[in-house]
Amino acid sequence: MSIYDFIFYLFAAITLLSGLMVVSSGNIVRSAFYLLATLFGISGLYVLLGADFVAVTQIMVYIGGILILLLFGVMLTSDITRVEIKKGKTAVLPAIVGVGVLLGSITSILLKTNWQIELSKIPQTTTYDLGKLLITDYVLIFELLGILLLIALIGAASMARRDQE
Amino acid sequence: MIMSESGLIILSLIVLFLPLLGFTTVVIWGKRFTKLYWFEVGIMVTSLLLSIYMGFVKLGSYVNKDIIANITWIDFGNVTSIGPLSIELGVKLDNLTVIMLFVVTLISALVHIFSLEYMKGDKRFSRYFAYLGIFTFSMLGIVLTDNLLMMYIFWELVGLSSYLLIGFWYEKKSASDAGMKAFLTNRIGDIGMFIGILILFTSYHTFSFDEIFHQISIGNIPFGSNAWLTAAGILIFMGAVGKSAQVPLHVWLPDAMEGPTPVSALIHAATMVAAGVYLVARIFALLTADAMLVIAVVGAVTSFVAATIAFTQNDIKKVLAYSTVSQLGYMIMSLGVGAYAFALFHLVTHAFFKGLLFLGSGSVIQAMHHEQDIQEMGGLRKKMPITYYTFLIATLAISGVPFTSGFLSKDGLLAGTWAFGNLTGHWLIPILAFTVALMTAFYMFRLVILTFHGKPRNQEKYDHAHETPFAMTMPLVILAVLSIFFWYTPNPISPQDGWFYNWIETPATVVPQETRFDFMKTTEAALHSDEVHAKVVHSEMYEEAMHHVHYPAMILSVVLGGLGILFAFLFYQWRKLDPDKLAEKIRPIYNGSLNKWYFDEIYEATFINGLLVVSRIIAWFDNTIVDGIVNHTATVTRIVANISGWFDTYVVDGLVNFTAFINGFLGLSLRKMQTGKVQTYIIYVVFSVIILLIIFKPF
Amino acid sequence: MFEVGLTHYLIVSSFLFAFGIYAIVIRKNAILVLMGVELILNAANINFVAFSRYGNFGLNGQLMALFVIVLAAAEAAIALAIVLNIYKTFGHVNVDEIDKLKE
Repeated sequence: MSIYDFIFYLFAAITLLSGLMVVSSGNIVRSAFYLLATLFGISGLYVLLGADFVAVTQIMVYIGGILILLLFGVMLTSDITRVEIKKGKTAVLPAIVGVGVLLGSITSILLKTNWQIELSKIPQTTTYDLGKLLITDYVLIFELLGILLLIALIGAASMARRDQE
Repeated sequence: MIMSESGLIILSLIVLFLPLLGFTTVVIWGKRFTKLYWFEVGIMVTSLLLSIYMGFVKLGSYVNKDIIANITWIDFGNVTSIGPLSIELGVKLDNLTVIMLFVVTLISALVHIFSLEYMKGDKRFSRYFAYLGIFTFSMLGIVLTDNLLMMYIFWELVGLSSYLLIGFWYEKKSASDAGMKAFLTNRIGDIGMFIGILILFTSYHTFSFDEIFHQISIGNIPFGSNAWLTAAGILIFMGAVGKSAQVPLHVWLPDAMEGPTPVSALIHAATMVAAGVYLVARIFALLTADAMLVIAVVGAVTSFVAATIAFTQNDIKKVLAYSTVSQLGYMIMSLGVGAYAFALFHLVTHAFFKGLLFLGSGSVIQAMHHEQDIQEMGGLRKKMPITYYTFLIATLAISGVPFTSGFLSKDGLLAGTWAFGNLTGHWLIPILAFTVALMTAFYMFRLVILTFHGKPRNQEKYDHAHETPFAMTMPLVILAVLSIFFWYTPNPISPQDGWFYNWIETPATVVPQETRFDFMKTTEAALHSDEVHAKVVHSEMYEEAMHHVHYPAMILSVVLGGLGILFAFLFYQWRKLDPDKLAEKIRPIYNGSLNKWYFDEIYEATFINGLLVVSRIIAWFDNTIVDGIVNHTATVTRIVANISGWFDTYVVDGLVNFTAFINGFLGLSLRKMQTGKVQTYIIYVVFSVIILLIIFKPF
Repeated sequence: MFEVGLTHYLIVSSFLFAFGIYAIVIRKNAILVLMGVELILNAANINFVAFSRYGNFGLNGQLMALFVIVLAAAEAAIALAIVLNIYKTFGHVNVDEIDKLKE
């Protein structure tokens, strides 16, 4: 077991355990913080996969942006002193069984698949090549995403605005 | 500062469109601003002033030049088998045009002013002025245009405004009937005119007068036959027959007197009916000898027939109407015999003195509280001196008494017919013409004597009569002054010395040699010479013949006019002769004249009843056969429809209802699944994925 | 077996995916549902990056992951706006009680 493997297991454990806590925690604020850990773990996995830029982006956008946004959502929609989550009538057990079956099938599929593994050469830093790809092959998608973000921004602002009455 | 040619064109367009502006303004806002008719009157006076100015510029600076401006209206591009084709609109300003502009705007303006008083208190006062405006617009359009298409358009517009004005008091059945009659009778003539225009257009692909004349002059004849050229001329002349009330389409004009009297003065005496003469003058160059002969005969017969009818009429306006028809016949005849300038000269002088006569009669009618029967009048001379003296001047003019404008034009016109008789041997035309001169003098003085002289025959109405106000007498005086000779020539016995004769040039005839009158033929020498063209030769021969008969014709016409006046006085003033006894002696002729030679009755019996019979046959055909077929088709359709309906109700509907029932059943059971909650749907998705996995077993 | 390869990453990602589904299905609070969605997106992202590493696709996989992150950001913004609207309308954000669609 190399140091690489060890670090992988470490991050995988962080990711999965905190992910489990996200979905099972009874406190919404706590869930949000567990999500932070999950995202952090995932970003570690990215580093292990040689995707340094994606990892950084993961931390910056997800943790720095989306998670904060979610926390704001929590605070705006819930009484901060009563952040207990409503316990549903929905049967937990059937859900666990269903999801378990799904998970089992997916896992068995990916274990039984004969993957054609060919380790690609990942450069020391990917930023340069990613940037080049963005403005060559993917330039149209890049532009479209820019427009999409603008639209989302305007849309979100106009939807969340208080009605003027 | 002399105006440029384009300036003149623009000015002419302003003169043309001002009355239209007046019309639209008064029609749109006339109800809200009841004083808006002043605007229309103001516009007419402006038009008059502008056209006087235009006359000075044109006759002063461009007297020998025709100013033409064109724009392309519709461009068809290159049409297969025809070539480039476009329809153009244009304005042509020659001496005749500016003179006519002046005449039309002057009479129109005077009639506007006269109407201010005459129509006072009418409930559609504003509307009346609006109609006058659109009439003036259309008439100016006819005068200004340089092509047949626009001529036709404005021709119809004039017909429309005439219809509106004749039927202005449409509550009166006779008025609305008269309007309809005028419109329909004109339509008969217009059909001919339209066909004639189409013959020319088919041959030359242009409506422009000058283009058509040019084509004919270079030997391009419609369909290669002179007969077609003659036909085109006569067909276009049919339009003039309708509008200028020539026999046999003259019947509408006397009925048109149902309209307000100023309208009669403007439209049915001075301007619109003269449009026919103007039209013939415009196409004068393309008339063949045959066509001209037809025109001359129609004119002569018209003037004679109308004069005989005017003898016996008792309605003051009817007498004037028939005298108008008669004088129009004179002008048409004069064009037919080739006395072009005198025809138009008479058109102008006639416009003034006949306008004056009608306005005078309007004044009388107003004073007599809308009594029009001259047998009820008499002695009005003392009550209405201005009306009397102006009316008298106009009567002298129409009778051809020396020192009046009428004498000048009529004299030239009669000399023209005499010369024509001399040159061609068609003596019927001059004989009729001179007879009519005698008759005109007689019936006009009969009118004057019965109206103004003697003792009042209806004392009560006489007592209430009074001179009319200034707005009505002022136009009379102006027109009376214009009926004196010195406006037209310095020499009261020779119209050739006047400006009119010098400015109005007889157009060169362009038709082929063999279709001209002998005296119009180009001589061999002229044919081979480069500079001399046909006109000179024509003018010389004809001119010479006219000069030859000038003094005999003048003396004869004066003598005949004097005789007519003398007889009128003998019969009606001094009562030396008894008109009733004479009427007894020639009862059939008298009755014929009194009943207008039964034209209306004959038309009623032949054309109208014939048309009604044909219509009834067609109606019967429609009712029984066409409708029968339709009805039977309907029955069959109904039976088929019933069967189809049964099938629909029980079979098709049954199927549809069954389907609906199935759907409803399924929907009822399936809607339970639709909880509306997001999570339920996600659960469905998850289970679907699991089911798919189970089905395809990818592991 | 313990030698870390593609399969390990895929297993981690499938677990995350299962957690996400579970959160969406079971949770009542709309924000928590959103968190589930984020988990699913991250699971997909891990797959993208892993395949990019273990298959010869160059950097395309990483780029896809970046695009997904961008989309996630947009989605989060819109979704939170919707959640705020729901809160304004209903006074709570419990997705199981929001069944207006049924009517």
